[in-house]
Amino acid sequence: MSPTDPLLVMRDVNKRFQGVQALSAASLEVEPGEIMALVGENGAGKSTMIKVLTGAYRRDSGSIVFGGEPVDFASPQHAQHGGISPIYQEINLVPFRSVAENIFLGREYRRYGLLDWGRMNAEAADLLRRFAVEIDVRRPLMDFSTAIQQMVAIARAVSFKARLVIMDEPTSSLDEREVSVLFDVMRRLRAEGVAVIFISHRLDELYQVCDRVTVMRDGRTVMAGRMGDVDKLHLIAAMLGRDLETVRAHSTGFSGAHAAAGEVVLSAEGLQIGRKVRDARVEVRERQIVGLAGLLGSGRTEVARAIFGADPADAGTIELGGRAVSPREPAEAIALGVGYCSEDRKADGIVPDMSVRENMTLGILPRLTSMGIVDEARQREIVDRFMKRLAIKASSAEQKIRELSGGNQQKVLLARWLCTDPKLLILDEPTRGIDVGAKAEIQALIRELADQGLGVLMISSELEEITEGADRVFVLSDGRTVADLPHAEASAAAIMAAMAHGGAEAGEEAVNG
Amino acid sequence: MADAPTIGRKGASFDVAAFFRRYAALTALIVLLAFNFAVTPNFASWQTLNVNLTQVATIVIVSVGMTLVIATGGIDLSVGSLMAISGALAPMIFLSSFGLSYPALGNALAFVAPVAIAGMFGLFNGWFITRFRVQPIVGTLVMFIAGRGIGQVLTNGNLQAFKNPTFQFIGLGRVFGVPCQVIIMLALVAAAAWTLRSTLFGRQILSVGGNERAAWLSGVPVASVKRWVYAISGLCAGIAGLVVVSINSSSDANLVGLGMELDAIAAVAVGGTPFTGGQATVVGSLIGALLIQLVRYTLLANGVPDAAALVVKGAIIAGAVWSQQRGKPT
Repeated sequence: MSPTDPLLVMRDVNKRFQGVQALSAASLEVEPGEIMALVGENGAGKSTMIKVLTGAYRRDSGSIVFGGEPVDFASPQHAQHGGISPIYQEINLVPFRSVAENIFLGREYRRYGLLDWGRMNAEAADLLRRFAVEIDVRRPLMDFSTAIQQMVAIARAVSFKARLVIMDEPTSSLDEREVSVLFDVMRRLRAEGVAVIFISHRLDELYQVCDRVTVMRDGRTVMAGRMGDVDKLHLIAAMLGRDLETVRAHSTGFSGAHAAAGEVVLSAEGLQIGRKVRDARVEVRERQIVGLAGLLGSGRTEVARAIFGADPADAGTIELGGRAVSPREPAEAIALGVGYCSEDRKADGIVPDMSVRENMTLGILPRLTSMGIVDEARQREIVDRFMKRLAIKASSAEQKIRELSGGNQQKVLLARWLCTDPKLLILDEPTRGIDVGAKAEIQALIRELADQGLGVLMISSELEEITEGADRVFVLSDGRTVADLPHAEASAAAIMAAMAHGGAEAGEEAVNG
Repeated sequence: MADAPTIGRKGASFDVAAFFRRYAALTALIVLLAFNFAVTPNFASWQTLNVNLTQVATIVIVSVGMTLVIATGGIDLSVGSLMAISGALAPMIFLSSFGLSYPALGNALAFVAPVAIAGMFGLFNGWFITRFRVQPIVGTLVMFIAGRGIGQVLTNGNLQAFKNPTFQFIGLGRVFGVPCQVIIMLALVAAAAWTLRSTLFGRQILSVGGNERAAWLSGVPVASVKRWVYAISGLCAGIAGLVVVSINSSSDANLVGLGMELDAIAAVAVGGTPFTGGQATVVGSLIGALLIQLVRYTLLANGVPDAAALVVKGAIIAGAVWSQQRGKPT
């Protein structure tokens, strides 16, 4: 292997999961001693790519060449011994054991059959000192901050003589100072000739530390280039898959007519939620679909969950129908006339083994009950009505919801809220994972519901859904509302510009438009 | 993900395998009954029926509460110890000077107070589990250990022997020839099955077990539902404790309900309620308990020692779990 050869070449990698093409002819090249950014929205295939590389998944086809030789790791352990060390978001070390033990886990030094603590502690301390971390390596790992724990994970990786370190969202739980320490460590690794694949959703960070960037979308590698040659706007356009000028017209089920908006149903200002949301603002009126746009990690879901009381806000005001509220639990928000369809239908939405009927009436059930007994006649009447109205395809109301297609499951979940007669419906990625036909149908349905008076707050990663569907768009970037665009000005270009520049240019002009 | 829903997948044809999976325990019970009618001498008699039902009643009573707990995805290890507490309290009440001076009131109190107190301990289990978000197996382990200790402290570790026909009606009495505890058992099974099917609380139990996060996001008061199922489990254990001491005419906090948690869990498992929660069949637990009991009876009646019967019991549970696993969608 000559010094100019790339360290890692993945080419034409394909991977299918139960009919879903997770990777199609994806590629990735990493030079020795460079920091490569790997970016893409949810479902773009980043983690699948990494898992294929480390042997956690078997690829269906394609080649992987590492250090000049074709490789085919059977498991992450094999990859680690081969010189590839992934460091995961959730640190997978043993919190109760000492720092030194964690670093030498699985290959402890022994002397006379006993563990050689002296040597392990000394080497662990030396190793960490290289990363400017001075700690007592005999203390349990859990005594230290997440940042230090991450350093320990990196030190462990390096001690495996890793030539490629993969960091998946390492900064998501770090504060600014800790992030800069981490970046120093990454630069130090680079100086020692170790390559780093850095996965992050914070674009600013990529520009600070990465040499090159690879962008993935829909299982393909859509762009690779030097970080300095790609400006933020183009990076976002590549991630979202939109040419800056041309956005296909009417590719969604949202049709033109936007009825005049009515009274304000939701007004939230200055929301602060944990580390992810710093200053968010949204307003929704009756008969209005409000789009909440932003890249992954911009705090969209957190805002929705705060309004719904699922993860209460730390600061800021929420007004529903003009009344200041602070729901501490979903049940409180529901009583105030709010519904929320989560982006994760499976984990947060359906009760898989229950029937369509039970799932649909989960929220309204207390109101269908007298003396604790469910009024099944009324329940059936409501279920029949909504199954017809939303054209839900199921063999009967008694079919288990898990047997339905994604689109029909989503309709049942929509009906779960609609039958509670809400004032405000929050939809987090309402059409994710739903096939094209059902998607347009659901989009048309959302419009229809809004026209009948419902206020809708819609989160979506799909720009068309926002530009065509929303009467008003708020753009979040890094936990702040950076733009507030009326329908006419909410072009894909304006939204992406707001995401990229934090509202400094396109966003600012459009505010109050 | 297919677009079309799976309509009429089974069609009109009868799916024998699915039927067997669903009613495995019932089928086994019927086969075993048939075997006994054919082989075991004097099997077809009221006495045999009553002996078996009397012996199984306490297990069924406890497994009714256990089924509800398991339906929420939890488990209750404390039931045996709560039986010991209620079993210790009842004689203390009717043997106290108050109980002896006002026998009617004393006996009434001897029924109500121990059951209520066992229910309170159950409520404590639920509170502990939901408040500190501990795993149910650990949360109820606390009361499993402490509960028997409480029973022993109450009685100074002494055996309380008594003869109180009014109180002991619950374990020895008969209504139209049917033992009282069998009636209680059937009433509880019916009530719990109806609760699961037709009440808000029942539907909420199943939704919490089926997908706790989805239930919470839909406004189901998850913590309160959990607290109540553990309370109900405690109440059932309390009733079972009274039945056991009545049958024995004595109460020994060291022995009452010993190992009951495992018998009840076994009955629920064999009955076909999955431990992942979200689905439950109380009638299944009844059948499960009957099956385990009948296997033991069959072996004993045919001269197989009790020790060997335990091995068979283990095998039945393994078989039940196996048939459940096969029933799961892959």
